[in-house]
Amino acid sequence: MAKYDITVNGKKHKVEADPDTPLLWVLRDNLGLYGTKYGCGIGECGACTIHYNGNAMRSCSMTVADVGEAAITTIEGLSETASHPLQQAWREHDVPQCGYCQAGQIMSAAALLASTPNPDDDEIDAAMYANICRCGTYNKIKAAIKSAASK
Amino acid sequence: MTTDLQHSRRQFLKITATVGGGMMLGFSWLKPYGEAEGADIITDFIELNGYLKIAPDATGKGSLITLLSPNPEVGQNVKTSMPMIVAEELCANWKDVRVEQAPLNTAVFKRQVAGGSQSIRQTWATLRNAGATAKHLLVEAAAQEWGVPAAECEASGSFVKHASSGRSASFGSLAAAAAKLTPPAPEAVKLKDPSEFTLIGTSQGNVDMEAILTGKPVFGLDQKVPGMLYSTALRPPAFGQKLKSFDDKAAKAVNGVVQVFRFANDNKIAVVATSTWAAIKGKRALQAVWEDDGTLESTASQYEAMRKKLDEAAEQPKRNDGDVKAAFATADKIIERVYESPYLPHNPMEPGNFFANVTADKVELSGPAQAPERFRGEVAKLLGRDESTVSIGLTRMGGGFGRRLRGDFVLEAAEISSIAKAPVQHVYTREDDMTAGIYRPASMYKFRAAIKGEQLVGYHLTGAGLNAGNVVRENFFPAGAIENCLMESHDLPSKVTTGPWRAPVTNFLASAEQSFFDEIAEAVGKDPVQFRIELFERAKANPVGKFEYDAERSIGVMKLAAEKSNWGKAPAGVHQGFSAYFCHNSYVAEVAEVKMEGRRPVVKRVVCAVDCGIVINPVAAINQCEGGVIDGIGHAMYGDFTLEKGKPQQENFDKFRLIRMGEQPAVEVHFVKSNTDPTGLGEPTLPPAGGAVANAFYRATKERVYVQPFVKVMKNLG
Repeated sequence: MAKYDITVNGKKHKVEADPDTPLLWVLRDNLGLYGTKYGCGIGECGACTIHYNGNAMRSCSMTVADVGEAAITTIEGLSETASHPLQQAWREHDVPQCGYCQAGQIMSAAALLASTPNPDDDEIDAAMYANICRCGTYNKIKAAIKSAASK
Repeated sequence: MTTDLQHSRRQFLKITATVGGGMMLGFSWLKPYGEAEGADIITDFIELNGYLKIAPDATGKGSLITLLSPNPEVGQNVKTSMPMIVAEELCANWKDVRVEQAPLNTAVFKRQVAGGSQSIRQTWATLRNAGATAKHLLVEAAAQEWGVPAAECEASGSFVKHASSGRSASFGSLAAAAAKLTPPAPEAVKLKDPSEFTLIGTSQGNVDMEAILTGKPVFGLDQKVPGMLYSTALRPPAFGQKLKSFDDKAAKAVNGVVQVFRFANDNKIAVVATSTWAAIKGKRALQAVWEDDGTLESTASQYEAMRKKLDEAAEQPKRNDGDVKAAFATADKIIERVYESPYLPHNPMEPGNFFANVTADKVELSGPAQAPERFRGEVAKLLGRDESTVSIGLTRMGGGFGRRLRGDFVLEAAEISSIAKAPVQHVYTREDDMTAGIYRPASMYKFRAAIKGEQLVGYHLTGAGLNAGNVVRENFFPAGAIENCLMESHDLPSKVTTGPWRAPVTNFLASAEQSFFDEIAEAVGKDPVQFRIELFERAKANPVGKFEYDAERSIGVMKLAAEKSNWGKAPAGVHQGFSAYFCHNSYVAEVAEVKMEGRRPVVKRVVCAVDCGIVINPVAAINQCEGGVIDGIGHAMYGDFTLEKGKPQQENFDKFRLIRMGEQPAVEVHFVKSNTDPTGLGEPTLPPAGGAVANAFYRATKERVYVQPFVKVMKNLG
């Protein structure tokens, strides 16, 4: 076990974990932040998407040792009162079905909107291709991203 | 016949707002009152029956109403729609309602199963009665307090009102008195006429929305209790192998691994650890020696065996109307086609998992379960306990698609907890989830049609599946519409475990059948929609034997889909394909539209017409329909799962292709306006999707596709 100081959602945390522990499991098991989901463990499904210095990254594919000084944001820290334009748009469109992938979808979409405030269809497709939704909510996700972008 | 096929303008606005343009619905967004200010002081809920509890709100003037949702929530949105049915008859204001997931409780609830698209259909009457009975008591309590006849009182918006005296009391203030009254005789409870519904038929947001949007722990994997350990299991890498020996030195050396043991009567090894990651690492470090237990199967040889079977007669046909032999012997033309489909893993996004805490006197279980009642019995038997000591809590499920109808993960969790003597969260990795078994069986069909003049006079369907049970649906269309109709099914034994997968059997049968009917229509020179309608008219006028569908409702959705898609009048460059199917008591017709982008056919839009009777929650119903269509298309186009010497060749999403953003068509959903009792929507829109796309591909490319996944044979599909 090694000790790490990591910054998650603006707060510093001391965690004890083996260096090869994926950030995903540190967030969930050590910090109790369950919004970041395990889906595949190999960076293919996007359920574990978080922000690493504002960039969408797969937390299953980076270790706790990789985090260093970076600012990590999870769905729990996306907004204080669940009022991020994407969270509002997700409500407005009633996007989720089972809901399991949606935190990852929102985190990918938030990184997209931060860099591309008015994405077109192709830009949304490219940015969201890495996030699987097994229930098939893709059209709602796309519509919600466009709604959020227009706000 | 209560179905009204005419869409009013208002209905159209209410339910057809779909993709692209965005929703234009005015929702009332439910804020769970558990999170509302002052809610924590509410402790004195009065239970009026097993479905609902009522208390005065913090001001004392209003009501807090807790409705229990009995059935497991797997993404089909029953946790919102089932309580809506209770709230409708209770005459509650939906804003006063908070929903709680009920645990397994067979003393109060019937059929707590998420499967077969039956949750709403089979509980419709019970849920309405639960709400109406409670309302009856609340009205009675108010009438007694005011000394007026109950018949003069009315309930609405969580209040009971007496019009002539102007008196009014909240459900919350009446609950205590109502609970003391003798429950009414069933015949005294009056249900609303559908025309009186004010909540049913309106779009209400998912009651778990806030939790989902903020990452609150609502899924099975999110459970944690003090002292909880995490476990994984190593299973044979190939179907047909067994465990010879294993060395756990390296596994036990992993930091955090506390225990490694072999399951009592199985070829599996459990690893118990203090964190999920340690449990995964420990499993990877296990060194196991496996040995073959007989022949190991491969996809190529399995397909060969199925193809051979298609040429054999079954011992006992599933259906045999008229004289099929004679019909084929005297036919002008015979069409014969064979269709193939692979195994499919369910791949719910939340992999298999369950919480178990087995102690000397009780067994506490909790997690994602589609069939908890069966699991309770299985666990009790495994551990030699009385069922009454086994409890199961239900978490929201990150998808299921049938996978969680099988309780392997529950049994493993229970056994591990009983040996580890600790509460455990048992976890399947994605690789475990995809390779541990229970698949949609691989299957094949041979269709033969005898044509005389312009008529389909004989129909012969032979199906073969691997460990698949009956792979034909002898009481579904075209049964009933064709005088000479023979349906046969072969079940080939296999070591590969199988189970129900969203719309069992019909998820491929419909796709193949509806592609075949497109070819028959072409052969007789008829429009594909008109050709099908004529057959259903035959089933109406001269029904052959018994069958399960209503021909009129079948025709209804076909006409609606044709109308809404402008069937036959598509603009240049848009190629339409038609498909229709009845299953799980609901009726669906779909028109897929394909455009060529260079040499690549792309599915751009699917128009989907549905008759599921009364629509409870339109926005959620649209979600289900759209999800079913996209799931059906995704798996028909891309889903492939193969075995080499018993070993699955796809273990994760790098090799197993699921449909992704940008590959889905726009989906437009239209419901037949109806006052018929509701039927389910979790499955029915999936089966026709593959056929609609295959038929549209044919219009676009002149290429018929007989093999799923389509991408395997259509080179330009991408």
